[in-house]
Amino acid sequence: MPDDTALPPELQLRIHDLMVRARCLEERLIQMYKQGDGYFWIGGPGEEAFNVPLGLLIHKGQGPQFDYMHFHYRQSATMLALGAEPIDSLRQMKNTATDPYSGGRNFSNHYSVRKWNVVPVSSTIEVQYSMAPGTAMVQKRAGGKGITIVTGGDAGTAEGDFATCMVWSSRPANPLPVLMIVTNNKWGISTSSEGQHGEKHVADRGRPFGIESKTVDGNDPENAYREIQAAMEYVRTTRKPFLLEAVVSRLYGHSSASGANPVIDEADCLKGFEAKLERRGLRTRAEMDALRAKYLLEMQEAHKQVRQEPQPDGSTIFDHIFQTRDLVRGG
Amino acid sequence: MSNMVQAVRMALHVAEERHQLNDIFGEDVGPPLGGAFTATQGLRNSWNSPLDERGIVGAAIGLGLAGSRNVAEVQFCDYIFNTIDLLKLAGMVSWASNGDWNCPTTIMTPVGSGIRGSIYHSHSFDATATHIHGFKIAIPSRPVDAYGLLLSCIVDPNPSLFLIPKALMRTRSAPGEEIPGVEVDDRALSKMIDAPLGDRSKWASQWPDTPDLFIPLGEGRTVRRGRDLTIVSYGRTLPLCAAAAEQVAQESNGAIEAEVIDLRSLCPIDWPRIQESVKRTGRFLIVNEDTEVTNFGEHLMRLAVEQLFYELLAPPKLLAGAAVPGIGLADNLEAASVPQLPSILQAIRDLANESP
Repeated sequence: MPDDTALPPELQLRIHDLMVRARCLEERLIQMYKQGDGYFWIGGPGEEAFNVPLGLLIHKGQGPQFDYMHFHYRQSATMLALGAEPIDSLRQMKNTATDPYSGGRNFSNHYSVRKWNVVPVSSTIEVQYSMAPGTAMVQKRAGGKGITIVTGGDAGTAEGDFATCMVWSSRPANPLPVLMIVTNNKWGISTSSEGQHGEKHVADRGRPFGIESKTVDGNDPENAYREIQAAMEYVRTTRKPFLLEAVVSRLYGHSSASGANPVIDEADCLKGFEAKLERRGLRTRAEMDALRAKYLLEMQEAHKQVRQEPQPDGSTIFDHIFQTRDLVRGG
Repeated sequence: MSNMVQAVRMALHVAEERHQLNDIFGEDVGPPLGGAFTATQGLRNSWNSPLDERGIVGAAIGLGLAGSRNVAEVQFCDYIFNTIDLLKLAGMVSWASNGDWNCPTTIMTPVGSGIRGSIYHSHSFDATATHIHGFKIAIPSRPVDAYGLLLSCIVDPNPSLFLIPKALMRTRSAPGEEIPGVEVDDRALSKMIDAPLGDRSKWASQWPDTPDLFIPLGEGRTVRRGRDLTIVSYGRTLPLCAAAAEQVAQESNGAIEAEVIDLRSLCPIDWPRIQESVKRTGRFLIVNEDTEVTNFGEHLMRLAVEQLFYELLAPPKLLAGAAVPGIGLADNLEAASVPQLPSILQAIRDLANESP
């Protein structure tokens, strides 16, 4: 019996490929931390089913005609789907001079890619939600279909910046094309949301502002793909905000601060999707094992290479405090 | 003669007409009010925002990242403190991205005492601002500097803080110091660019033709030449220092001639100007109204001690605001909290007469 909810087979395989690669990347980053090849790990293993489709659906490019991304630090799978190279994440973990995102200045998974409109990721929780309306204003004024996408976790929605984003994006004077995404893993570091949040769904908070919103299963990549696509289409065409809450898993805890050890009682989106692919006859277990082996090797080789690369020189700390060129304005 | 708030308004007008300033926004910034101090009346691109300082600063950063020059106003600097982390982020956009991004945005906010603003409308922000690296910081003390410094902030590719001394908002240009192109008297200028009381819906500014006058950030101004000591100040206390220097010169029959430097920019600073002056006078007085503990003047004092120690004739002196949590409303409380003319006069006399 045909599965009407299935995405085209080639897309399923592409998503799976990226999910495996992203998982291997995060596992390697954790390994690097544990081997002393990095000082801190934070990332997004467990969110691949949502974050890969997000990356595939982003209209990537530079300037207001393309999507602006205000990410938090769990977006590695999205970055791979956008076309980032895993070795660059390893470079940031090892804080090498070759780290293209920060030159060895920032934690792992703190991306910054101007040519793709990925604005610098900050460790400070939720601040990206206050900045997002700014890029969206420029996009709305510029015309076209570029939208602003902001991501964060459920715990961060307690910050005032989350309300700021809703207020500013839904101003009757100037509604904005902002796709607000909350990946809800039900945790804030070590604190369960059950004791802290009375709202049933984070998405419900959009209603008083007249913001369209939805809570979706973020552990099913096909469902995530369709829901993100629909939400993006709404924002692109109406030029109004949308609040999308995706329920996801957190498979290695908050960060290295909580040990970065596997969590066995949460659903693994990769296992669930692989069972589906196997059932549909799209990929055998052996093929999936081979795929994982390929990416494990890729990460291992990348790790070896990164170990050979230089650290930034201390004399560079004064570089780039000020710009002499107006890069964002094409100067 | 224009006053400082009119100078700010004219600079914003020039920037929106000629320098792609797309957004001038904040609480009450747009019509009908045009700013709590009227600094944004009659502007084409001004608009009202929600009452949300974090949203204002956050939106300013986002606009800047998307390449849109903007000026965001925080109505009083007393309300900017809950945005410090956002300001830190704006200041590190270029540095944290290893030079991949820049963020052209100007945060404009009134600072300091002098309007009987009580505890929460009298704070200074210069000491805190200079701890937020990656920002250019300007603070004018006369209308033409407000005009030229603000234009420089707006076109700078980096984030900038434009601190406007509240007490000087209505201070008029001195003769010979008018903004070029403002060739009408006070009343005529007011009719041209000050919004009328009452219904303003049909009113439009008649802007004078003022030029692109960019006062470089990092260039101080020697307000008064002197031989015997160097006073460095900025903002509200600058005109007091100039007046005090004049008074001391007169009462001493020219025996005490103080040089007065208006720093104008707190980042970058015109240290060569200060250095040259202090080397010549051997005595160094810094005056500002922020609280005295970890005051920006202490930084200048350190530079002087480290670099000019053997050329100093007396210990450098800092006259600053008292280390108290706020500024009390009563006249006597405010006067006792921040430097006033008498305390500056006394500081000049003491320093000029100090000997080992």
